[in-house]
Order: sequence, then C-alpha cells, then structure tokens
Amino acid sequence: MKKRYTHKIFKNLCKGCSLCVHYCPKNVLEIGDDRKVIAARPDDCIGCHMCEMRCPDFAIQVHVCEEEEKEKVK
Amino acid sequence: MFNEHIFDYLRTDKLPHIWCPGCAHGIIVGSLVRSIEKLKIDKNKIAVLSGIGCSGRTPGYLDMNTLHTTHGRSLTFATGIKMAKPELTVIDVMGDGDAVAIGGNHFIHACRRNIDIKAIIFNNNIYGMTGGQYSPTTPTNYYASTAPYGNVETPFDIVKLAKGAGASFVARADAFHIGLLDNVIQKALSHKGFSVVEVMATCPTQFGRRNKMKEPYQMLDFVAERAISLKKWQEMSEEERKGKFPIGIFVDEQREEYVETYEKNVIERAKKGDR
Repeated sequence: MKKRYTHKIFKNLCKGCSLCVHYCPKNVLEIGDDRKVIAARPDDCIGCHMCEMRCPDFAIQVHVCEEEEKEKVK
Repeated sequence: MFNEHIFDYLRTDKLPHIWCPGCAHGIIVGSLVRSIEKLKIDKNKIAVLSGIGCSGRTPGYLDMNTLHTTHGRSLTFATGIKMAKPELTVIDVMGDGDAVAIGGNHFIHACRRNIDIKAIIFNNNIYGMTGGQYSPTTPTNYYASTAPYGNVETPFDIVKLAKGAGASFVARADAFHIGLLDNVIQKALSHKGFSVVEVMATCPTQFGRRNKMKEPYQMLDFVAERAISLKKWQEMSEEERKGKFPIGIFVDEQREEYVETYEKNVIERAKKGDR
C-alpha cells in the first residue's frame, strides 16, 4: 500500500518565500491567500522531505500518516 | 533524521528569525542542527560563535553555549575558548566578510596553527546586512550597491586560501545540495583540527534583486547551476569552468592539533620546571 504523508506547517514561522513550493517534485504545496504555505495536494506527496530541508524558516515538517503507523504496530 | 527534533536545539522564543524570506542562512542552520543531532553531540558541550553580519545572528537562535563577538574577530575568541576548555566542540559561524575581509588575518593564522575549531563560512557573496556593498567574494561583473557598473575585482577562492594556509580539513558545499551539505558538516564536526566548510549561500534581497533574480528560488537556482561536483570538475576544461565552482571535500588529513601540542610541549614542561 502506498504510504501517506501529512504536512505539519508552522504558520507563525512561515514567511511565504515559496522555496518549498518551487522545489517540490510533485507540486504538493501552494502559497495560500494569507501568503503562507498550504499543503494543497497532500495525497501526491512522496515523502522526499525536500521542502522540509530547504525551508529556511523551519516552518514545514513531513510526517508519515499516524493511522498507518498504528497499522504497522498491529 | 529530518527536522523532527529541530526545536530541541533552537531558542523557540526567538523565532521567527530576522533573515529575509528565502535567505539560505536558515537552510544552513537547519543542516548544522541535523548534523549535531546525527552525531549525538551534547548541546551543552558545544560553543557556537559568530562575528557581525547576517550570519552573526546564528548563535542567537541556537540553544547552546553561544557568543556573538566583534566583526571578524570571532576566531580569536574561539581560539581562547578552545584553549581554556578543550573538551568543548567549538563551532565558529562566519560570513564571507568576517572570514576573508575583516578577519582575513585571523583566518589564515587559525588555518596555520591547525587548532580544533570548526569554521563554517556562510558565503553569500555580498555584505547583506549593511546595504549590499560588494565583498571580497562578489563574482566579477555582478552588481552591488557600491559597484553600480559591475564588480571589477577578482573574488577570493576561500577553499584555495584555506588550503594554502594549511587547514587540515577543507570543503565546499552549497545551500541547494542538502545531502552533500549535511555530509560535509558532519565530517567537519568529527574532524580533529581546523576544519573549514565554505557554504555557498544566497542573498535574495541585496544580491538577487540587483542581479536580475527577483525571486528567492532564482537566487538558489543560480547557486545550484554553478556548483559542480569535484569529480566532474576535474574532467572539465578551463573554458567550461568559467563562472562555476567545485563542491566537495578538498583536504582531509590528520596533523598535530595545536591545543594538544601546546599541552604537551609547554604546559607539562612548565609544570615540571623543565626549560
């Protein structure tokens, strides 16, 4: 089964520089109306963490969906 | 091993930081924190120093033993700390102005002594904080506020300078190639001796806007396009190399470290009264 990911975004840290949007290989992220990043298409995420490591403001983290973690434990 | 635990190493009450949107300094700080976490270095056993400039803000955000010093003189403070407390991992964060302009003299002599300090140079090719004056690392023909007709000077090659001055670990990475950056910083942190890591950073506000790079990603692309891996660099002709720079590890050797030598040859003999 395909792994699913969630995007933890710290809106207070994001400055809307759009580096993450530009370097996402799957076009998952977008800049919202408030000039902060939003995960517009999280289902397309492949978990490469490129947005997370290129974010200069530590404002985005990619996590594996918790439900799947639970399934793994079972 | 990504940014999951990054806030354990940061002073979260100081965030968001003052760097401009899209400034690569934050990327390098993230990489430094990930490297420290990966090597499992106790954050209370680290001293981080900096001089003046945008890069000088780094210690303010790191929850470690930190010191913000005068312009270009951070290596002298770092030398003092390392001599007094050799058990600390001393990381000196410098800008290009700190390292090779104002502190150029301290830099070459720290290289020569091979004292166990990790010098991480944030090279953004310009004096960003003071208004975009050209620095010794601004590439030829690029614009700055004090070079309205383009810079006519030849920039410093920090890697060659450190190599010539005798540093025992010299590497160059850039803010785009994160894998290499993490790798190089980890190697520098575990190396015993003076380690120089030049990180090619960006300045979207002062350098980018004056050089037809309006968006932060264009500035980072500009760095990524010019960065060539060392293996490929060696196969390139002189013509192809123009305007580009190699990235990778240039020097990695073991030499006698200054603090240990001083302890052995001076302190111990002085205690015995052996002259």
